[in-house]
Amino acid sequence: MILSETQAPLLRICALTKRFGGFTALHSVSVDIRPGERFGLIGPNGSGKTTLINCISGAFRTEPGTILFRDEDITPLPPHLRTCRGIARSFQIPRPFRSMTVAENLMVALDFAAHEHVSVAQRRDTMMSILDQMGLGSKVNVSATQLSQVELRKMELARAMATHPKLLISDEAMAGLSSSEVDEVLDLLLSLASRDITIIMIEHIMQAVMRFSERVMCLDAGRIIAIGAPSEVMADKRVQEAYLGT
Amino acid sequence: MKRSSIAFWIGAVVFLAAVLVMTQVVGNQYPFFAGYVILQSIALAVAWSILGGYAGYVNFGTSAFYGVGVYASVFMVSAFGAPLPVQILTGAAIGALMGLALGLLTLRMQGIFFSIATIALTIVIETTITNWRYVGGAAGIQIQRPAATSPFDNYVQMLFFVQAVLVVVAVAISRYIQNSWVGRGLQALRDDELAAECTGVPTLRLKLLACVISGALMCAVGAPAAMYLQYADPGSAFNLNYSVTTLAMALIGGTAHWAGPIIGAILLGTTQQLLTVTISSEVNLLVLGLMLVLFVVGAPEGIVGLIHKLRGNRKEGKI
Repeated sequence: MILSETQAPLLRICALTKRFGGFTALHSVSVDIRPGERFGLIGPNGSGKTTLINCISGAFRTEPGTILFRDEDITPLPPHLRTCRGIARSFQIPRPFRSMTVAENLMVALDFAAHEHVSVAQRRDTMMSILDQMGLGSKVNVSATQLSQVELRKMELARAMATHPKLLISDEAMAGLSSSEVDEVLDLLLSLASRDITIIMIEHIMQAVMRFSERVMCLDAGRIIAIGAPSEVMADKRVQEAYLGT
Repeated sequence: MKRSSIAFWIGAVVFLAAVLVMTQVVGNQYPFFAGYVILQSIALAVAWSILGGYAGYVNFGTSAFYGVGVYASVFMVSAFGAPLPVQILTGAAIGALMGLALGLLTLRMQGIFFSIATIALTIVIETTITNWRYVGGAAGIQIQRPAATSPFDNYVQMLFFVQAVLVVVAVAISRYIQNSWVGRGLQALRDDELAAECTGVPTLRLKLLACVISGALMCAVGAPAAMYLQYADPGSAFNLNYSVTTLAMALIGGTAHWAGPIIGAILLGTTQQLLTVTISSEVNLLVLGLMLVLFVVGAPEGIVGLIHKLRGNRKEGKI
C-alpha cells in the first residue's frame, strides 16, 4: 500500500467538469487511481458516478479538465482509442451486440482492441479462456439475446476483458442480481484484480463495495465528499447524510 | 482458401461463363434488355446493403449515386470519347469520393436523420445536373454507341456481360466484408454504436469505409446505363424509384447475409419485369409496396432471415 502511493498514478483526473446545458453534473473532480488498485465509487442516484466513467471512457466530451492515462493526455481521444490504450468498461444496463453469439461478441473486442497481431486460432483460445474464467464456457455459441441477466453481466465483463485492459470500469455489474449472483460476480472481479488489472467499481450494494475496495470515493451532486479507506468513508458524516438525507 | 470460398468462386465463374454463352447463342434481343435491368438491380441491392444492411445506415441516396454514375459516363464520352471500362472506373472513383463526402457530412447523424440527409443529396445533385448545359441540362442528352467489341456482335449483349461482371465484383466485395473484421465491426456498430466504440471499434472510420465502397459500387453500376439507354436526362437518371426499389430488394431478401440482396433483387426484379410487360408499369409500384408491407409484417429479417429461422426451428425440433 505504501509502495503504491509513491508510484505514478495509472489514471489521473484533473479538475474535470461536465455540464449538460445549465446543469453541472461534475464539479471540478480530481482524483488519482493507482496501478493495481481496487477502487470503489459510490454515491446516491444522480450523483455523477456514471457521468464520471462516461468521461473516462470517452463517451462524453469534457471541458474543462484533463484525463491522463499512464502519463498520456487522453482527453481528446475518441472512445475506441481509449479502449486500445487499455481502458475497458461494462455498462450499467448491459449493451450486448444482439445479433451476435457470445463468441462473436468477444471476437469484436479481440479483432479491434487486441494489442498484438495474433492468429485467428490464438484469438479463439484467448476467447475461450476468458469465457471459461467467467463461467460462460457452455454459452459460446448461444445468441446474446438468450442470456439471463447475470449471464449478460458476465458477458459485459468478458467482452471488456477481451480488450485486454489495464483499467476495467465496472458500472453496477451487480445491480438487480440475487445475493448469490452478487457473490459470483464479486469473486470474478476480485480474481481479475489479482491479475494486475486496476478496477474501478461503481456499486450500490454496500457490502460488495466494502468487501471489494481498497479505497472508496463518494460523490454527491457532482462533488467528491469523501475519499479514503472503506470504513472511514462509511463512517463519514457527510456520506451518511448524502445517503440517508438530513 | 476455405472450401466455401472455392465454391463461391467456382459459382462466379460458372455464372459468367453462362452469361457469355448466352450472349453468343441467344439471338433475340429482349432477354438482354430485361436481363440487364435485373442484373443492375442485383448489383445495386448488393452495393446498398454494404452500408444499409451491415452497418444499418439506411441510405435513400441510391438514385444520387446511380445518377452520378450515369452522368460520369455522359461526361467522359462527350469530353473524351472514353471507352466503357474507363467510364465505369471513372464512375467508381467519383462514387468513392462522393461516398466519402457524404459520409463525412452525414455519418455523425444516426438513424432517420442520416436517411433524410441522403434524400437531400439526391435532390441537390439532380438540380446541379439539370442546370449543367454541357451534359444536356434538363432536356437530356443523346449518346452514340460505338461498335461492339468482339466476341460480342451487339452492344446490348456486351453491356449485359459487363453488368454481370459488376454483379460478381459487388458480391465478392460484399462477401469479403461480411466474413472479415470489417463486417464484424459494422455488425457491432449496427447493434450498438456506443458499445462498439467502447469495445475498440473505430465506428466513424468503418462507416466511412462502408459508405465509400457502397458509393463507388453504385456509381459503377450506373455508369453503363448511359450506353444502355443511349440517352440520359436528370429526371430518369436520378429517379427516386432506384432508391426505393433497391432498398426494398435488399430488405425483402434480408440484409444479414450477402446472398440476401441477390435473392431479393432477383425475386423483385423479375416480378417487376414480368408485370411491366404483361400488365403495366404502374402495377409494378403497387406490387412493390404490397410485398414490402408483407415482408415487414411477416418476415422482418427478409427471406434469408426466414430461412434461418426455419432451419433453427427444425434443429430445435430434432433435439
